[in-house]
Amino acid sequence: MNVQRSTLIFAWMLLLPAVLYVVVIVAYPLLDTFILSFTDASLKKTSNWVGWINYEKIFNTTFAEVIIRTFVWTFFSVAIKMIIGVFGACMLNAAVPGRALFRVLTMPPWIVPMAIGIFMWGWMYNGQFGMISGVLQNWGIIDGPVAFLARGSTAFWATIITDVWIGVPMVTLYMLAAMQAVPQDLYEAAWTDGAGRFYRFRRITLPLLIPSMITMSMLSLISTFNSFDIIWILTQGGPNGETTTMIIDTYRTAIGSKKYGEGAARAVLICIFLSIFCLAYFRVTSRLSAGETNR
Amino acid sequence: MSTQPAMINRYRWYELISIYAGIFLFLTFILAPFVEGFLVSLKPLGLLFSSPYRFWPENGSFTAYRTMWVSVPGFARYIFNSFFISIIVTAMVLILVIPASYAFARFKFRGSGLLLGAFLAVTMFSGAVLLIPLFRLMRTFGLLNTYFAMIVPSVAFLIPSAIWLLRTYMMRIPRELDEAAFVDGASHFYTLRRVILPIAMPGITVVAITTFIGSYAQQFIFALTFNSKTEYMPLPVGLFAYFGRQEVIWNELMAASFVGITPAIIVIFFLQRYLVSGLTAGAVKQ
Repeated sequence: MNVQRSTLIFAWMLLLPAVLYVVVIVAYPLLDTFILSFTDASLKKTSNWVGWINYEKIFNTTFAEVIIRTFVWTFFSVAIKMIIGVFGACMLNAAVPGRALFRVLTMPPWIVPMAIGIFMWGWMYNGQFGMISGVLQNWGIIDGPVAFLARGSTAFWATIITDVWIGVPMVTLYMLAAMQAVPQDLYEAAWTDGAGRFYRFRRITLPLLIPSMITMSMLSLISTFNSFDIIWILTQGGPNGETTTMIIDTYRTAIGSKKYGEGAARAVLICIFLSIFCLAYFRVTSRLSAGETNR
Repeated sequence: MSTQPAMINRYRWYELISIYAGIFLFLTFILAPFVEGFLVSLKPLGLLFSSPYRFWPENGSFTAYRTMWVSVPGFARYIFNSFFISIIVTAMVLILVIPASYAFARFKFRGSGLLLGAFLAVTMFSGAVLLIPLFRLMRTFGLLNTYFAMIVPSVAFLIPSAIWLLRTYMMRIPRELDEAAFVDGASHFYTLRRVILPIAMPGITVVAITTFIGSYAQQFIFALTFNSKTEYMPLPVGLFAYFGRQEVIWNELMAASFVGITPAIIVIFFLQRYLVSGLTAGAVKQ
């Protein structure tokens, strides 16, 4: 099809405002981050070109530890989100009375202002008076009060669980939609052949869900890697930096200590990781949709 | 989907019990913080700060829902700010996204796929990564400590998913409609305004709702970093006012949280159909 010149101009006219906006607010800052990372920019008016020093500094500090921690944190958060989300979707997919209501009740953590959900968790983790410590003591599982956010190992898992809680509704509803897109006649055919419910799930639902699971876990990976609010409100990266992920460390360096240059170098590293995830995501989804048409 | 033969979905009693048990377990995890938060809002502060832990509020009352307005007088303003910011963000996103989605849905030109991919790639950078240059940019524009310091960056990060959603919706509108209008001598712009926009209204509604909710739910990092004026603070940052010098006024914080949540809850109950379709339209149809 030969696209007319006027049509082309019209298409670009429609696109221009959005493109310009994103260029100014996202693309330019991206470039600016990159440039800043080679300077000693701070609150001072002037800044000097310092070459690779900011990057060298990163690897002389504990940042390698922070990178590893970020990956472990992200991995467990995504994995648990997927497990609980797929479980929830299976349950909500069952044709039982009340399912419409149950589906609505899944949404609040996703829709409510994030900070509010996090405050609630903050109170529940409170050692002296919080619900989790209190209930576990009443049940005799722990002896004394445990301040979950004040100890490194528990704070690490506490922040993961809150992140899971906020992410699960999205995974659940997405997987539920994918399950309902499975052609019903497949189930009916299997059912006529005498296949049981579990067999049908294992042989029909699960294989057809795998593409959606991969897509969802990659999307979840990207957003979890960027997670900031939860850790910042609950622990600010503490205690002793044991919940400090790359984003938190970048924020502390750049906004807290006003070391823009060093912060920018950290941000560049995050961008590199994110680009890798994003490329992988595009590769995988395009391969998945190619597989779809071949079937 | 709902007209499937009933037999296939008939559950045995033990299957029913395990399904309901599973749902109960799942929803307990989802809703526990809300239940606990609500009970906390009913408890007097003295009962909250006492051990052993008691789940039920003995002599609970709604006092905190009254006193919260007194201890943080700016609270009503924070809610207004949250709404105001979300409304402006939604309006700006729609203005930018409606024409762009139409272009992506209708016109294939060199690089259009790449451009769409570039838009989608924006979602992967959270505002947190770009905070330093954004801070400098806001300072250059003179927007620091204004509403726009929170509005302008949020819009950019809500554009990609809105484009994706609306493009998917517009692709389902039959092409013949545009062509018929075009043959009748209507201009491109007229066709978009008089033919496409009315038909795309349900899709636009979905995008507006998901954008509004997204913006309402995620006002934190920009508000924390780009604004220090109390009178412009949105709810999530404003709530820190309940963190007193010595101790957090937890019952009032929770009461305030529930008041702040109400709009979202109302949206869930009346508009959940739109929300689910908004989430899944771009997702499953790939």
